[in-house]
Amino acid sequence: MATVTNPSAASTGSLTAKALREATFTAVMTFLMFALFIGLKTDQNMRNELILVPRWGMLAILVVIAFVGRFAMVAWLQPWRTASKAAKSAAPTVDEDAGFVKRNFSKLAILALVLYPPIILWIFGVQGSLKYIDNFGIQILIYVMLAWGLNIVVGLAGLLDLGYVAFYAVGAYSYALLSINFGFSFWILLPLAGILSAFWGIILGFPVLRLKGDYLAIVTLAFGEIIRLVLINWQDVTKGTFGISGIPKITLFGIPFDASPNGFAKMFHLAPSSAYYKVFLFYLILLLCLLTAFVTIRLRRLPIGRAWEALREDEIACRSLGINTVTTKLTAFAIGAMFGGFAGSFFAARQGFVSPESFVFLESAVILSMVVLGGMGSLTGIAIAAIAMVGGTELLREMDFLKHVFGPDFTPELYRMLIFGLAMVFMMLVRPRGFVGTREPTAFLFERKAVSGAFTKEGHG
Amino acid sequence: MEYFIQQLINGLTLGSIYGLIAIGYTMVYGIIGMINFAHGDIFMLGGFAGLIVYLLIMTVFGGAPIAVALLCMLVVAMVVTSLWNWSIERVAYRPLRGSFRLAPLITAIGVSIALSNFIQVSQGPRNKPIPQMVNSVYTIEGISVSLKQILIVIITVVLLASFWYIVEKTPLGRAQRATEQDRKMAALLGIDVDRTISITFVMGAALAAVAGTMFLMYYGVIVFTDGFVPGVKAFTAAVLGGIGSLPGAVIGGLLIGLIESLWSAYFTIAYKDVATFAILAFVLIFKPSGLLGRPEVEKV
Repeated sequence: MATVTNPSAASTGSLTAKALREATFTAVMTFLMFALFIGLKTDQNMRNELILVPRWGMLAILVVIAFVGRFAMVAWLQPWRTASKAAKSAAPTVDEDAGFVKRNFSKLAILALVLYPPIILWIFGVQGSLKYIDNFGIQILIYVMLAWGLNIVVGLAGLLDLGYVAFYAVGAYSYALLSINFGFSFWILLPLAGILSAFWGIILGFPVLRLKGDYLAIVTLAFGEIIRLVLINWQDVTKGTFGISGIPKITLFGIPFDASPNGFAKMFHLAPSSAYYKVFLFYLILLLCLLTAFVTIRLRRLPIGRAWEALREDEIACRSLGINTVTTKLTAFAIGAMFGGFAGSFFAARQGFVSPESFVFLESAVILSMVVLGGMGSLTGIAIAAIAMVGGTELLREMDFLKHVFGPDFTPELYRMLIFGLAMVFMMLVRPRGFVGTREPTAFLFERKAVSGAFTKEGHG
Repeated sequence: MEYFIQQLINGLTLGSIYGLIAIGYTMVYGIIGMINFAHGDIFMLGGFAGLIVYLLIMTVFGGAPIAVALLCMLVVAMVVTSLWNWSIERVAYRPLRGSFRLAPLITAIGVSIALSNFIQVSQGPRNKPIPQMVNSVYTIEGISVSLKQILIVIITVVLLASFWYIVEKTPLGRAQRATEQDRKMAALLGIDVDRTISITFVMGAALAAVAGTMFLMYYGVIVFTDGFVPGVKAFTAAVLGGIGSLPGAVIGGLLIGLIESLWSAYFTIAYKDVATFAILAFVLIFKPSGLLGRPEVEKV
């Protein structure tokens, strides 16, 4: 072929032609796919009948975007990516010494989190800080804790659990029901909720001991849904879909956070504000998170942690070596569930209200995707994934400036979950091994060397 | 007795819909070993396509004979939904083939979230009711059978027969079965594996679209969240029948439909979904190969 002598000139021409062809194809596909759903909108008229409202302009914009996007991708992005990949593989790899930040990342992160509330209070004032500490701080940390709890089951023991939210629900309802009906305080019920959840972890874990991979995932999903449906239908106890409200707040060594004379604000001569309670909750959940991380790190060095990781890699080899797979799996389920229970009781205390709505399958999926996107087993990666996913969706709520771009009817919240789903797909395509694709080995010979995530197996146990 | 037969008929209708969705799960799982979590939402998408076509016929032509309208709805829904599933497979699942096992599952969950929220954003979050399309009811000795139910069963039987023919008798079906048994070997023997897998997704989506349109016709209402529960039930049906087996999916679907309607009739309607999920758990724990599936052999 003539292209051998002058590859660039000839391939540029054919590349443009190819890009045009693919772009046209993409545009046609986009038109066919979206004509019904974007081009027409079903709406209700005055007589409550459905009518169609055409939106051809929006459809046209979408088709044009698809055409241009695909053209740009084929004509420019792909050649550029192959070129940069080739350049990267040609360049010699330099063994970089990890910098100060990288070496002390977790210590710095903890320090930053401890300093977060005072800094926010200082910048935004007592009332202005509410949103940042509550929506961004506490909300994200609850998910970090849940994801770290699930990480014990999925990341360490390799048991794929799609019903983790059930244990979260057990913890939340344990606190809600026991504190309302019997008046126990949070500090008694926190461990109790953990124990109850762990108990449920064993009950639900026992029947699924023989199952593997996808099947295990589906059965745990079924269990999670059963627990939610029972919460909805067992109305005498759980009040069904109405939920339980008026759940007591947490007290600090007996000091309540309210406006009463011996409340926290009066006692320390501060202006009454709910912000102090939120700051307190922030530190509490931070402590619980650190507890989860500490236990996980220590467990990995215990025989049981080693057994979990061995189980994840090869169950048959495990059994041949005399590891009791029954107890190994059950402890993983129980300990994972226990942390879910802790998080659940904290959640109930923070909201003051629980209903089955909070424990839908979507939550399990979100938590699992944090674990997977975080790199399965890497605590830092999971925390980053949780911050990115929860923080990102929370940020969308704040994007009021988009209203100026798309008009006053535009509500960014509506697009939150759509973008979330698309981002999940995109992340899996770009980094299927998660943000942090390496693992620190627990056992090593001579030298601690991180291995690529690609060398470890998941979801086989 | 009449009540029982009545429930049997209702269950059969429901079961036909589940069976059609279950085939999509079972074919995809059979061929690439992936639980296509987004399949329930593909079903919902098909229902919405049917709804919009129905409204289009009503507004543009001012109505049409029922048979013509229904045929248009079915055909357009099948085509559009197939295109969707084809594109999704191409964009989201194909690059992850050969990646670790969890990757496609997580991606499918992402696709499922994206699809249902896409419909919520583009079509609105409310219930979409349509007037009764077919309302003749025949009563024989106290048992009433509506034309809707007869239509659903007939359409299901016709589609199943034709799909069974495709899978069992045509070169395409042979390629599918070969890919299912051993993908690498099939590729070596000259089968275009990528194309075969794409066609499997298209076929599953077409059946799901039919199920979605009939769901809309039967209940007269659809909403963007309608994908999840029928999806899980259809998956239960696929597992119950033995995942990977076409007749198994249909039998499983019918069984789930019957169990659901009889459970609601004789026990309590509130816990009917619990019954389905409990069956799913029981089958997977005690007989993971299902009724007609091949037992999985554990290799060291």
